[in-house]
Amino acid sequence: MAADEVKVLGSWSSPFVLRARIALNIKCVEYEFLEETFVSKSDLLLKSNPVYKKFPVFIHGGRPICESLIIVQYVDEVWASGPAILPSDPYDRANARFWATYIDDKWHPSVRAILMADGEEAKKAAALEEANKGLALLEDTFRKCSKGQKFFGGDKIGYLDIALGGFLVWVRVIQILRNVSLIDESKTPNLLKWAQHFSDDAAVKDVLPETQRLLEFAKFYVAKVKATGNN
Amino acid sequence: MAEVKVFGAWGSPFSKRVEMGLKLKGVEYEYIEEDLKNKSTLLLKYNPVHKKIPVLVHNGKPISESLVILEYIDEAWEGPNILPKDPYERAKARFWAKFIDEKCVPPMWKACWSIGEEREKAKEEASEALKFLENEINGQKFFGGDTIGLVDIAANFIGYWFPITEEIVGLELMTQDKYPNLSKWAYEYCNCSFVKENLPPNDKLVEIFKGIIQAQPASN
Repeated sequence: MAADEVKVLGSWSSPFVLRARIALNIKCVEYEFLEETFVSKSDLLLKSNPVYKKFPVFIHGGRPICESLIIVQYVDEVWASGPAILPSDPYDRANARFWATYIDDKWHPSVRAILMADGEEAKKAAALEEANKGLALLEDTFRKCSKGQKFFGGDKIGYLDIALGGFLVWVRVIQILRNVSLIDESKTPNLLKWAQHFSDDAAVKDVLPETQRLLEFAKFYVAKVKATGNN
Repeated sequence: MAEVKVFGAWGSPFSKRVEMGLKLKGVEYEYIEEDLKNKSTLLLKYNPVHKKIPVLVHNGKPISESLVILEYIDEAWEGPNILPKDPYERAKARFWAKFIDEKCVPPMWKACWSIGEEREKAKEEASEALKFLENEINGQKFFGGDTIGLVDIAANFIGYWFPITEEIVGLELMTQDKYPNLSKWAYEYCNCSFVKENLPPNDKLVEIFKGIIQAQPASN
């Protein structure tokens, strides 16, 4: 592989893979997208990510990097001449990292729990409450970070937009599939507007999964996880 | 008013990470010991989301989560690097620090304080995770190379807290036979003067852990 060749191993449906692809689009970096399936993982994936055996895997000049937020930061640092993904001020960077970690560690599990609570109303309600608490915090964070502009990053997409935005279509799908309300006019009016701006952005719109396609996939995914106990 | 404050707990490895980072950079700070059973209003104001220590407050602005704080310290102050300069090495450091927090610390801690099948399961999980770290350290003095870096600071639980706890509870997990590289690293780490000055006293930790054992229901 050439020293500057970039590959992304992943699936069109994964919010984590999406983060990596959006970051590359922001920097206008060409890359080869190697589609993985959920049925069996490729040898390249298993060799490149022996620890977690998951995607996304980002390979640059033959060297693999794993974990989506680590990949996004790597892309930001290597292609430093492109539009900045993380803010420049250290405190703003710490704030962005804090909330991105919160999204992954606290918020995402509750959203996933809603998805997996197929017919289990009590579990769904509990998970929904947690997810909405998180969204209220993120709505507040958005107000503070955006300073009246379209994105968490200000006038352009940044780290926190990518962190949350990766889940956007999944949120839409879960709202339909489980008949719940997550991002809406009454509870999170700013995030609702942000969601539209994010989806329309040039770095995002061509890689964002189609809602209908993801909806069908979600049904298959839930069934598979319940059958095998794996993801 | 002190420019830099740390809200922490003397026995917490997460709290000590922050102090190590500041000391590495030669930054003076005011340390505020929190009673974890009775958290101060200030702590709850500075970390309303998680309500936990450590919290770093710099010029009145709070930052939480020890790994986020360490990156902030590295960026806000000059001095020895906590993270490497090269982007690929930085990505690797971030990966292993996260791995330690997600895959090593929880099962290692659980293995110490559980019994029966739960303990065996945690032991197995921890053993598998430590194998990856064993391969990663691979003859280097520290994870950061010749000097301590982010991963070494993040691994303070593994290097210091865990061996002490392991001995008290009679768990044989991180043995020299199974993990020669990690054991060597732990020795170098705990004996390096910088780290030695920044660890809680062994006897005080032992006292706390023995107290936890006594408070537990009798094991079968």
